[in-house]
Amino acid sequence: MIEYRSVAKTFDDGTRAVADFDLTIDSHTTTVFVGSSGCGKTTLLRMVNRMVEPTAGQVLIDGEDVAGRDRVPLRRSIGYVMQHAGLLPHRTVADNVATVLRLNGTGKAAARERSLEVLHTVGLDESHASKYPGQLSGGQQQRVGVARGLAADPNILLMDEPFGAVDPIVRDELQAELLRLQRELGKTIVFVTHDVDEAFLLGDQVVILKKGGEVAQVGTPADILADPADEFVASFVGLDKGQRELRLEERDGRTVVLDGSGKPTGVLADAADTPARGQGAGSA
Amino acid sequence: MTWAWDNRSVVIDLFLVHAWLSVVPIVVGFVLAVPVGWYASRHPRLRGVLLSGGSILYTIPSLPLFVLLPGIIGTGFLDPLNVIIALSIYAFAIMVRTAADAFTAVSPAVLDAATATGYSSAQRGFFVELPLAGPVLLAGIRVVRVSTISLVTVGALIGVRNLGSLFTSGYRRDFTTEILVGVVAVVLLALLLDALLVLLGRVLMPWSVDGPGAVGRFWSRLARRGPDVPAGVAAGGGRS
Repeated sequence: MIEYRSVAKTFDDGTRAVADFDLTIDSHTTTVFVGSSGCGKTTLLRMVNRMVEPTAGQVLIDGEDVAGRDRVPLRRSIGYVMQHAGLLPHRTVADNVATVLRLNGTGKAAARERSLEVLHTVGLDESHASKYPGQLSGGQQQRVGVARGLAADPNILLMDEPFGAVDPIVRDELQAELLRLQRELGKTIVFVTHDVDEAFLLGDQVVILKKGGEVAQVGTPADILADPADEFVASFVGLDKGQRELRLEERDGRTVVLDGSGKPTGVLADAADTPARGQGAGSA
Repeated sequence: MTWAWDNRSVVIDLFLVHAWLSVVPIVVGFVLAVPVGWYASRHPRLRGVLLSGGSILYTIPSLPLFVLLPGIIGTGFLDPLNVIIALSIYAFAIMVRTAADAFTAVSPAVLDAATATGYSSAQRGFFVELPLAGPVLLAGIRVVRVSTISLVTVGALIGVRNLGSLFTSGYRRDFTTEILVGVVAVVLLALLLDALLVLLGRVLMPWSVDGPGAVGRFWSRLARRGPDVPAGVAAGGGRS
């Protein structure tokens, strides 16, 4: 469990990124911080592994204030996946994945074995293991980034706009893969994005942030859609433009779903074969 | 060229001495310049001072420095150590600027990623910053090689034997062949040392040339015993 208690951050130049932020993140769930740039979402994420120190308040992991923990071991105990993957260009894919294991003193052979195993978990072929990151596509690099985050089997995974720099098709694939992984592994994931669709797809809990780290609304995607806290939220999630207001219409015996502007977006499935959330996308 | 053949033992001896007098300052200058350059890259305010200091060192003319050093550090007048120390100073002076640039050029995003994954600052310095600065450091040491090998010849004027001795003796005897042999040998040494540096770079930094370098490709081809697939094709063929 991760808790933010009255956390604030003012940078040296006087910019206030976060002011008085409170939140509880339950273990084995995915929480998404979503908001436009300058809302402090990345700052909040980086407080968990002390890449950013709060100027006031506390961040606790399982009841223990991270400020009291040594930075280096703390960071090694938490997976971190970032935009553009952030791989070390001079290490092979396998070495990149094994980074934390090697830093923690795992033997070379055991680390390599584990890194091949994790590469497989994220859907990358072993043949990529001896390549350098520069020889991979953006999507493949991002998979390696996720594999590196998972290699030491941390309880917490921090993901900072990990799919922000890949093309939409690959992004869909990676999102589906992450949902599959999360069903298998049940990590506590904190995910940052500016894309509200991504937030609703991945998040068990979604935190919508305004400028200056002010919380606009916290809730499940369904809660937020059903009962947006204010106009900002309604507009941010697209309720004001009618994109999310769907209507049903009978056509040729099937129920067609139309959006606010009357464009068809799909058909209503029979209740019996409605797949559970996220299934069916696992093989992407 | 019969002169060179007849005097081959002397020329080879001078060649080896010259190589020794060049390699030691290059290594010493490099080893000193890398940490100073690293420090300068981290402290922008000190950077200016350190780098102009380096430039000033390089403006000291070499001949007076060779002559003055024995008086300052108490070495013998004909001691090759004078040349080695003076040239180490020059090597340092050139290298420190390149080293500062090399470390400044390392992507901040990669450093941030390394810190976030749990590298301590010392580990990050040795295992991330140093190798990533490597290609620029290599370019710098190749420049230092040229300047050092040519400056060693000046040492002949104060009586320190090296390939430059062929110049002084050739001038004294008005014997052009000897001078030419000296020039050719100096150029050969410079080329040889450069080839060694490039090879060393390929071995230590196989990732730095678009994919594996020639040596890396050679070994991987040997390992696969298959056709040499260009790195780009191999990478593009995989599933993303």
